Amino acid sequence: MIALESVAKHFTSRRGTHHALAGVSLTIEEGQFVCLLGPSGCGKSTLLNLIAGLDRADSGRVTLDGREITGPGPERSVMFQDSALFPWLSVRKNVDFGLELAGVRDKHERAARTETFLKKVHLWRFRDAYVHELSGGMRQRVALARALAPDPHVLLMDEPFAALDAQTRDVLHGELTEIWRATKKTVVFVTHNVREAVRLGDRVVLMATSPGRVKLDETIALARPRVTEGDVAYYVGRIMKELRTEVEKVMREEIDDAWQPAPGAVPGGTGSGVGGGI
Amino acid sequence: MALVLAWEAASRLGLWRPWVFPSPSAIGRSLWSGVVDGSIPRGIATSLRRLVIGYLLSLVGGVGLGLGLARSRTLRESLGTIVTGLQALPSICWLPLALLWFGLSESAILFVVVAGSLLSITVATESGVSNVPPLYVRAARTMGARGATLYLRVILPAALPSILSGMRLGWTFAWRSLMAGELLFVSGGLGQLLATGRELGDMARVMAVMVAIVTLGLVTEVLFFKQLDARVREVWGTDRA
Repeated sequence: MIALESVAKHFTSRRGTHHALAGVSLTIEEGQFVCLLGPSGCGKSTLLNLIAGLDRADSGRVTLDGREITGPGPERSVMFQDSALFPWLSVRKNVDFGLELAGVRDKHERAARTETFLKKVHLWRFRDAYVHELSGGMRQRVALARALAPDPHVLLMDEPFAALDAQTRDVLHGELTEIWRATKKTVVFVTHNVREAVRLGDRVVLMATSPGRVKLDETIALARPRVTEGDVAYYVGRIMKELRTEVEKVMREEIDDAWQPAPGAVPGGTGSGVGGGI
Repeated sequence: MALVLAWEAASRLGLWRPWVFPSPSAIGRSLWSGVVDGSIPRGIATSLRRLVIGYLLSLVGGVGLGLGLARSRTLRESLGTIVTGLQALPSICWLPLALLWFGLSESAILFVVVAGSLLSITVATESGVSNVPPLYVRAARTMGARGATLYLRVILPAALPSILSGMRLGWTFAWRSLMAGELLFVSGGLGQLLATGRELGDMARVMAVMVAIVTLGLVTEVLFFKQLDARVREVWGTDRA
């Protein structure tokens, strides 16, 4: 179980102080698939970094199974938007290196686990390829294999499919759901895409900006695999209404003060980047 | 090849005096006699030994110093300007000091070689390490990499393409420093063969030694650096546009 207790975090830059998180409390049950959703700057990635142990909170506590998180650890794997695979290592070595860092000493065990997980993501055939030879989708598959191979309790995913084309993303959604169902890992998945969040998560946590906080915590009571447009659309609509005000707020901050939303514009409606492409 | 033939023909026609600019055949004869009497192989062995030792010292020191400069603000603030400044100094300028510190010894010439190649490796390493994408470091940290593992297995490999270009530069600077040092004072080595050739007015010998130096340079380039570079390009995918 991951627990955040009134966690606050701010960043100071030349432009002033940015309150990324202000008193966020959140509990994520073991085996749950939680999507953190929100416009840019709402602190969803910051929250993920705190759980990953890459950052420390200014105040409040972040705990995993009751123990406070003070740094990164092999029981928590992280996947980034960019695969972050190491270009000087082959596909196989990338996964193997992850296992080695996680403390798996036995070479044969590492080799066996590397094979298992590369087969699981259907890339065993490309085991000796280097990163530049892979497409974006293939890179994220390898990154997923690298994240899963050390058998972590928690999988933290920071917009892992955001840079992929819609078709590849769709296929990977299906596969991630399958892998999650088979392994029952706790997953925290950060996205700005409402449909993606609804399609994947047991629970969608919508975050608000300035300061970053939880605005809506919605349980998605839909059976998997979720392909029926109708059911997904119901939740997408509900969450979108809340998201809309947040997106407008961000727009006002980022663009000139005089900006007004076009009448009737729905963020994430057809053709918009927020929810499209699923 | 045609150039060499033309050169030979011009020499035979007596367009210039042979002791000023010898013909290729004279250089070839001199090279051969130098090889047979063992002076050129001995010179090569001595010079290469100094070169390799000095270069390895530079490599270890340069990579270490570059890494330090890139990762430590204190080090950068205290040594950064000195490193940049000293880079402009030809390494042979260190020779008088080196002679004073180490005497007329092997250490003095090694010092000059290191002074010549250390900083180019340092600067390339520093820039390579500074430009390692932070994401690699973050990813490695989430996987459990810390301390020496993080530096040796992630940061240095990530900076390798840049370090490699510094290594190439360092190698040629090491050669130049060594030749300058040997020409000026130290016994043995190819540089001294050049110096004796000059003293005896034997230009054929001087050019024979130059041929030997050029050949050595080409051999190390083709056998070592080209291979290493090609490998890095292949792995990183930088050989395609």
